[in-house]
Parts: sequence; structure tokens; C-alpha cells
Amino acid sequence: MLLIPCPWCGPREEAEFHYGGQAHVAYPDDPAALSDEEWARYLFFRDNPKGVFAERWSHSAGCRRWFNALRDTATNEIHAVYRVGEPRPVTS
Amino acid sequence: MAERRSPAAAFAGRFAAASEGGALRLAELPFRTQLNLRVDPASPAARDLGDALGAPLPVEPCTAVTAGDVTVAWLGPDEWLVIAPPGHRPELLSKALGDRHGSVVDVSAQRTTLLVGGPRARDLLAHGCALDLHPSVFGPGRCAQTTLARAQVVLLPQADGVHVLVRSSFAAYLAEWLLDAATEYLR
Amino acid sequence: MRRASGGRIDRSRTLRFTFDGHEYTGHPGDTLASALLAAGVRRVATSVKLGRPRGVFSAGSEEPSAVVQIEAPFPEPMLPATTVELYDGLAASSLPGRGRLAAEPDPARYDAVHAHCDVLVVGAGPAGLAAARAAAAGGARVILADERPEPGGSLLGTGESVDGLPGAAWAAATVAELAELPDVTVLPRTTVFGYYDDNYLIAVERRTNHLGAAAPAHVSRERVWRIRARRVVLATGAHERPIAFAGNDLPGVMLAGAARAYAHRYGVLPGRRAVVFTAHDSAYAAALDLAEAGVEVAAVVDVRGGTRDAGGARPAPGAEWAARARARGIELLAGHVVTGAHGDGEVSSVTVAARDDVPGERPAGAGGRSFEADLLLVSGGWNPVVHLFSQSGGTLRHDDALGTLVPDASRQAVEVAGAARGVLTLAGCLADGTGAGARATSGAAARVPEAAAEPEPAGEPYWVVPAADHSAHFVDLQRDVTVADLRRAVGAGLRSVEHVKRYTTAGTAHDQGKTSGLLASAVVAEALGVPVAELGVTTFRAPYLPVAFATLAGRDRGALHDPVRVTALHEWHVAAGALFENVGQWKRPWYYPRPGEDMEAAVLRECRAAREGVAAMDASTLGKIDVVGADAGEFLDRLYTNLMSTLKVGAVRYGVMCRPDGMVFDDGTVVRLADDHFLVTTTTGNAAAVLDWMEEWLQTEWPSLRVHCTSVTEQWATVALVGPRSREVLAGLAPGLAVGADDFPFMTWREAEVAGIPARVCRISFSGELAYEINVTSWDGLRLWTSIMDLGVVTPYGTETMHVLRAEKGYPIVGQDIDGTVTPQDLGMAWVVSKKKPDFVGKRSHARADTARPDRKQLVGLLPEDPGLLLPEGAHLVAADVLPEPPVPMLGHVTSSYRSAALGRTFALALVKGGHGRIGERLYAPVGGTLAPVTVTSHVLYDPEGARRDG
Repeated sequence: MLLIPCPWCGPREEAEFHYGGQAHVAYPDDPAALSDEEWARYLFFRDNPKGVFAERWSHSAGCRRWFNALRDTATNEIHAVYRVGEPRPVTS
Repeated sequence: MAERRSPAAAFAGRFAAASEGGALRLAELPFRTQLNLRVDPASPAARDLGDALGAPLPVEPCTAVTAGDVTVAWLGPDEWLVIAPPGHRPELLSKALGDRHGSVVDVSAQRTTLLVGGPRARDLLAHGCALDLHPSVFGPGRCAQTTLARAQVVLLPQADGVHVLVRSSFAAYLAEWLLDAATEYLR
Repeated sequence: MRRASGGRIDRSRTLRFTFDGHEYTGHPGDTLASALLAAGVRRVATSVKLGRPRGVFSAGSEEPSAVVQIEAPFPEPMLPATTVELYDGLAASSLPGRGRLAAEPDPARYDAVHAHCDVLVVGAGPAGLAAARAAAAGGARVILADERPEPGGSLLGTGESVDGLPGAAWAAATVAELAELPDVTVLPRTTVFGYYDDNYLIAVERRTNHLGAAAPAHVSRERVWRIRARRVVLATGAHERPIAFAGNDLPGVMLAGAARAYAHRYGVLPGRRAVVFTAHDSAYAAALDLAEAGVEVAAVVDVRGGTRDAGGARPAPGAEWAARARARGIELLAGHVVTGAHGDGEVSSVTVAARDDVPGERPAGAGGRSFEADLLLVSGGWNPVVHLFSQSGGTLRHDDALGTLVPDASRQAVEVAGAARGVLTLAGCLADGTGAGARATSGAAARVPEAAAEPEPAGEPYWVVPAADHSAHFVDLQRDVTVADLRRAVGAGLRSVEHVKRYTTAGTAHDQGKTSGLLASAVVAEALGVPVAELGVTTFRAPYLPVAFATLAGRDRGALHDPVRVTALHEWHVAAGALFENVGQWKRPWYYPRPGEDMEAAVLRECRAAREGVAAMDASTLGKIDVVGADAGEFLDRLYTNLMSTLKVGAVRYGVMCRPDGMVFDDGTVVRLADDHFLVTTTTGNAAAVLDWMEEWLQTEWPSLRVHCTSVTEQWATVALVGPRSREVLAGLAPGLAVGADDFPFMTWREAEVAGIPARVCRISFSGELAYEINVTSWDGLRLWTSIMDLGVVTPYGTETMHVLRAEKGYPIVGQDIDGTVTPQDLGMAWVVSKKKPDFVGKRSHARADTARPDRKQLVGLLPEDPGLLLPEGAHLVAADVLPEPPVPMLGHVTSSYRSAALGRTFALALVKGGHGRIGERLYAPVGGTLAPVTVTSHVLYDPEGARRDG
């Protein structure tokens, strides 16, 4: 059970959160202008790195805010959390 | 014509019986006014709403302020729950907001309040709540949205115990859960 | 045999118990193992594969051998006799490896609690007690957990003193002092069995097991502790490790430290005449203590010292220890090994040979000596209990001097103290624990409890006594795995200890190889010709000890397993005899049978009432979301496939939402309450998901939209009033409301008092009939419903009737006819997809090649040619009336199937490939071994013109 630091409520049990997949995958400005392949890339393709990964979480059983986290997928360490709209922090 | 009925009304007798030993006090606090308030905390509207309530909207996460018989609990960076005695009318807040960006939604019947008081209240809650409920961490002035057993709740530590605000449809489940978890504290 | 005095037992009380049907006695403070040894019972189990007699090998939870079945007061399988506290009336039996689960339900209560602390100390031995003391002195919130009933750890099993007090007394006083502090929790009988991310540890507290039949029913028997600790100090001690030699599984072969513990802690001598076989100094203390207690120690056989190999150097036994043994008159055979333990069912003699006389292929025992002995004590040295540290994500390091693995580094806030990191003297453990406890809190120096300085015990890593035949050199006593088995596994080509474990089952028993794991690795390493340090050991996984499923389940079982959600009308439904259907977590009335009615009759009656008279349903479970703000219309336009911003205040519109992949996600009605205020309804099962969906788009993609969403699902109770006579019923209940078809048209809403209660009434229909949905606060729901029912003319109906009515009209249900692979177009609902909007979520996907395929599965109706045949939901559909050879091409499947009162026959909805082009075709459904012919129809089977909605 991870302890995930909600940027608003502070550390809470993982069970209070919903996972939202890779962060910084914006909805395209004009989907109609995209080719089928470009649209499919938005819909279906996500990174799956071993190591630090920027991903979205929602504190669904708490303040219901979405935020981003930098989590090491190998160790589960969360290096940083940041609010929607904030830039991805630089971590070593 | 039948009277209006609160979600945990059927548990009044069992709550009272469980409260007899003195270790715990369980009760439903029914029909309280609850308003869900959404507004940008930096906006003039937020200030006017605070004036109408008699206390500024708390901006520190997971805190609550009480002014008179009204408590305002932080639910999110632009969301609060205003709790007042039964019969309190929401118009005051709607008027303070006016037509500015924000919302005041009457959710009085959306949740009911279960009082968990007495010396073993925090022990009882710890059976199903993963938060640190130690009085040094979670005393009056704090609030939390979290899960208790398998129900989402708002917890408000108050002078008479912890107020557990639970969705009406979950109230019977949570009442049963509380009574079950209380088993060991009733003798 | 019981000593005349001594031990941490209460000799003033006698407990009676049975083992294998024989009656014995013991005392409070005994374990089943100590009481059996006191009674001279040495054979307590039979091995699983080979049927060999087995005895008590250890004095703790690492016990690999003495596993028993508890018969009374409640059957429990596979418990180590070394951990079963004795109670009056205990009945146990020996086991041939496997236990038996109880046939009847366990009447005991099990529960769980969450706990938080600054410092969790695991283990209340000298290091753990010192750590807890130092941490508590700094004012920290401390939890101290120890698996035994009494604190002290190794102090209970040795005669050592701390701060001038006997060790056990010092431990008791320290714990008593700690327990006085308000923020210290001392948990005896509590095993921390799992160490997870972010210092989350799980422990099991055995609270009333030791009380037997006297356990109070209202107190949980076992409790799971879910502990979040800022810092953790692991003072988990060390396990003594065995040496493999022929016959090392016989009852009477025991770890040296265990025998010492039986003497000190229980006042029990596990034998009369002992040989001590060791590679480590610590066994000398055991030999001396046992000799002092009255055991005749025939010899200490030490692999170290003695004659040296040509050119080879061997460490010698610790000089101080050797001197003490000799001074006690104990013969010391340095440079010797035990070549075999012998006896009929238990040890009666031990053969010993000079180490240099047993080079590999020489017959065991050649040229050696034989000792009469009923006890053979073994020590290969000590393995730190690194299980929890390893689970924390900690790495282990091989310490060549100790010949074992010790903790190295962990990314979590954890420190290891005492024997658990290889510190083997009492004074060292006390200092180590004190430092760890202080560092975990204030960092302020704390006083170290004092103990006599003893020479640091040392040893030589030594694993297997060479022999011609290793088939009786046991490694895993519970699984009957020998040195020969492990070597055979290596011979078969296995190179990893993980593979050898799975091939031989070594380390897979209840004890997970606590005493044998490193020995197994050493045997494999030797066979492979690599160092143990390089080969490593198998993964240390949770749980550290077996934990019963009943304990893990706790109170999350039966009615409390999952929340049951009910509406404000639930009590009425129950009283009316409704049967209930689970919809998500909700209990919804399914149908209301009258006396003598079965489900079919009740549903047909309810359907007729709705189509011909008037009926009512509790629709409160539908999700409801208030959407407020200047941009609310724009927001809903982006999420729904159709236009919502054009909806007039006072009107209601049906809408569908898709995921970005174009598949239908949810549907429902949208009510416009004001220019900037909509009320959205969702399906019962998706209420939370839709709100989350809205918040996700608002927060992450469209933060500039001025919109707020608030769930009001339970603010409102909703009653659907349905049927041609619903208008007159509503008119009677709401005299102030103009109910005429022109005054109150379809898809509009009105505020009104209904039965004297302020209500919002929507004229919408999920059945095709004239219908209303009446919304009042959930506090008033029961009042409204009883007012309607008290009229005596309205038939209550449940979800089954609702399903029949909607299916007759071809209305699909999300989650039943719609499964996440269906577009609005597939449902024949292209009309709900706006062509005008530049974009909405899912629009781009509707232009993908895959969503435009003509052979997609599409929603159609099916009429079985036999009008009485009810197709099973999920039935496949095929084209031919004779099944071809597999694979049979499947055309689709039945998603909904009912008997229709209105149609006078059965019908079904189905998703069929290219279904919209197959209207009129005959297909076949394999049902009960035959192929039932069905005709494909439009999915709208009843009142396709929509003539009935105005009544």
C-alpha cells in the first residue's frame, strides 16, 4: 500500500486514489485534423518505462483533485507530485 | 401522513444501547443543513461568502472553521461543505454568491451524520480508517475526506466526538459496521 | 523431563491436555512442545514423504519439524508445537505432513486496526527493548511488537543479566515502564509478517488463542495490525542454523540454542545425555548451561581446530569457551564431526569421526567413535532474521566472517539492530538497540543498559558432513528434502536457487525454510562450485509466518464484505416482500411477488399494470449530478454526443456519452433547471464514474470552463410513475399541477407539490408509456411513496419489469447491451450523434475505419420462432441450421431476453454482425443441444410509432 502525497491533502493511502495513466498526453487541439494513425497514437499508445514516469492520479476518495506524480516504476518511489498545469519538476 | 425519515433512523435503538456502557456514544444527528459550496478562493465572491458565513472560507486543506452554529469544512481547493443546524436556509449563500462564478448546492439529504463519541471513539474508527486519528494530529479544527470501512466519509472531530458524514445510501451499511466494530468496547 | 525448579512457568497451576489421545499435564507458560518434552514425548510428527519420525527441532516460530494439528477446542491445522501456548483442554495430534481444515465455520471473531507511530520496533529481545526504550525516552510514539507472549527474546532462553537483574525480569520491567507511557503500544504475541512500501507493515496479534475454550467471544481471536511507521527498527534476532549429516532428522536432534532455551525458559531438559555438534562458539554456552542444569554432556564435537589439512588452515574453537568446557569436565573433540545420529525412532547414539577422516567417499563413521546419547545438539552458527528487511526492499550482503547474509541497505526508513545484523553478544545488542532507537527519534544519546562483557562468539561456516551417501542428510525437514535431492537438482541442470526450490520443494513448507534456506543455498553453491555469496538465497516473501485466511478476512465477510447501498424507500420494499437484485452495490427491488406467484407471473402482472394501468418504481438509484456555471451548456456539449446547450429551461433531453474511442460510456437524461444550471442523470452503476469523468475533463483539459459539478444522487428520491393512468394519479396527488398533455408535454419538467411535498416532476419515460419521474428529497422519499401506494391503485414494480418494458422499446442498458465495444451508431442511435458540433469526446473515433466497418456488431431484436422459447442471455448466434466443423463463425450474441406480456411471446435483444442489414433473416441460437431458429427484427418491438407516450 503506497502512501501517496496528495498535493492538497498530504500523504494518503493508495486505496484513496485512482490511477490515470501517463501524464502530459493532452487532448489534441483539433482531432478532426489528425490522420487515423495520429489519432490512434493519442488513443492507444502510452509509454511504459522502467524508472521515473510522469503519471496522473486522482485523489478520488479525498479532495477529488487530479494531479501528476513522478514515480519510479521499479521501486515505487514517488519523487515529486505537482498540480495540474504546473510544469514537470526536474529530478536528478 | 408519515413524517420525513433520516437514513439511519432504524438504528436509533441499537445506537442508544451501544452508548449505555460509557465507552462509546453512537447516534445519528439527522436532518442537518449541508450545502456544497464551489468558488475560487481568491475571488471577491469567496470573500463575500465568508462574510455571509461569519468566517473566512478555510483555505488550508483538511481544516474546518466554526462560526456560531455553522461549520465550514474544506473539501477541496475550491470546494467546501457548509454544515448548519436543521432548517438552515441556503438562500443566504446563494444571495452572497449572486450571479458570479461558483455554485451553492443543497446536499442536506445527500449525507447524514453519525456521531462517534466516547473514550473509545478513535479506537473504534481505527478499525476501518487508515488515517492517523491521534488527537495531536486530528483534533477539532481538522476535517478529512477518506474511507471508513468501505464507505467514503467526511470526518469532523468535534467536541462531542467525531462526526462521520456518510452518503445516505451507505448509512445503514456504516451503522451496521460501527455496531459490529464496537462489539469489543461494549462490555 | 521437567527440572525440579526454574523456568518461566507457573508451577502452582496444572493444565491438562491430550496429544494423540494420551493425557498429559503442563503449566501456564509452557508451549505444547515444552510440555511434550517435559513429558518425555519426543516423536511429535511424521514426515510427509518418507514417513520418518520427527521431533522438536527448535524453540520458536522457525520450527521446521514439530507441526501438529489442533483438534479442540477448534480444529486448526499445521501449527508448530513450539508456538502453541498450552491451555487447559488443548487436544492436539501429530501430523503426517498435512493438516485438516475444520469442516464447520470458525465461530471466532477476527478483526483489524490501523495504527500509526514514529517508531515501530519489531522484536522485544535485548536489542528491541533497548531501542524501544531509547525511542520512547525521546517522546516518540512507539509500537513494540514481539511474537512471544513474554518480552525478552533471547534473554528468556539464556541465564544472562541486564542492569543487575535476571534478563527476563529486566525485560518485564522495561516493558512495564514502556506500557505506562501514553504513546507507547506494546504488542505481545504479535508477529510482523509483511513489510511493504512507505513503511507499511502488517502484523498479526494472537489475542485469545492461548485461552482455549475460555476465550471470550466478544474479543477478536486474532487481530491484523496495519501499521504506518515513520521509522522502523528491526530487532528480529537470529536463527541458529543446522548442519547436515546422516540421520540429522531423528527426534532428539535439536538446535543447541533451543535446548538451552528449554532448560531456562521452561525448566525442561530435552534429554539426559547429550553430544553437542558445533561449528560455532555459541554452542559452548548451551553445553555449559545444560550441564549445569543436569544434562550429562558426553562431548562437544567441534568442526574447528584439531589436525590441519596439508597446507590448509582451520580456525580453532574460541579459547575461552574451550577452556570453560574443559573446566566443566566436558570432553572437547576439536576437528571432529558427527557422522551420524542413530536410533530406532529417536536418537540413541551418535557416531563421531575426525574431520580429516571423512574425505568424501570414505564410509561414514570409519575410524570414529560412538557415544551413547539421547540428545544431539547442533549449531552451525547464526543467520540474522533478515526477512522483513529484505521485504522492505533492502539488499543483503554476505558476511564472510559470519558465513551468512546480513542487511546491507534499504531505501526505506529502517534500521536493523542486534543479532538481526550479526551482533551476537548481549552487551553488543543492548548498545546497538539503544543507538538505533535514539537515531530513530531525537538523536539524543540514551543510556545503554549494562550487561556482562562476554567474548564475541565466532564460528566457521560449515554445512555438510561429507559421506558416501547423502540421502539421509536432511536439509528441509518438513519437505523431506536431502542434500542428495539438491545435488540431483543441480545434476539435472538447475543453476538458480529459485529453480532448485521449485524443483525440490525445499523451502516451500509452512516455515519457508527459515532454518534451512541458507543451508540449501550452500549445498547448491558447493555443487555448482560457486561461493554462497554469489549464488544468494531465495526471495524473502510475506507472510513471514503462515496467517489464517480467517484472520486476513477479518470482519470483511458476510454482510460486511461489501457495502449494501439502499434507497430511502428500502424499508417499504422489504416489508412488501420484494425480492432484490444487486445492481453494483445497490439492492434494488427485482419484483414484488404476490402470494402464490412465481417470478414469471409477477413480472407479467407488473408489466401489464404499467402498460394498461398505472405502476410505480423506485428509481432513486440513478446517478444525479448538478452541473452549474456559465459554461455548463458548452461543457455538456463537449461530453455528450448530442447538443445540450440548445436545451430550453424547463426541458429535458436524453443524451449519450462516449469515451474518446467512440464507444458508449453512459446515457441518461439532462434537465435544464436554469440558464446556468443542469441536472444530469446517469445509470445506476456509473454515477461515480461519470462524476469522475466530468471532473477529469474540467480539471485536466478544460480548466477555463466556468463549470462546477456536484453529486446529488442521494439528495433526491425518485419515483417513476408509469402507465396510461399515471396522469390521473399524478393529478390527484398534485392538485396544483396542470397535467394535461399540452400543459405538461413530454420531455419537460415542473416544480409542484406532490402529496404535499415539494417536488420536481419530469415527464420522461423509460417504457414508452405515459410516465413521470417525481423527485423529492430523500428524507421525504418514503412519505411520497407511501402516499402513492396508499391510493391502492398503483402497482409497485421492480427492475425486472423495468427491463422488459425498456427492452420491448429497444432501449439498451449500459453494462448489459452495451459493453464498451459499441458505438451509438451500432445501437441504431445515429440520431443522438450531432453532425453540427465541431467536436465532442468520441467524435473523431466515429470516423475511424474500424468504427465505420459495415460488419460491426449492431443492436437488433430477435423473435424466437417458438414464441415460448426464452433464449438464454449470452447465447451465441450462428448462420446455419447445422453446425459446421469448428471453428464455427459466430455472428453475435443475445444481450437481453424476456417474456413480454405486451407481445404475448418471448423476445430478445442481440448484438449481431451487420445486424441492421439482417432484418428479416433467420439465424440460429445453440440452446440446450439444439439450434433454435430466430428471426432478426428491429430492436424496437413495441409501439414503434411512439403513440403511447402521451397516454
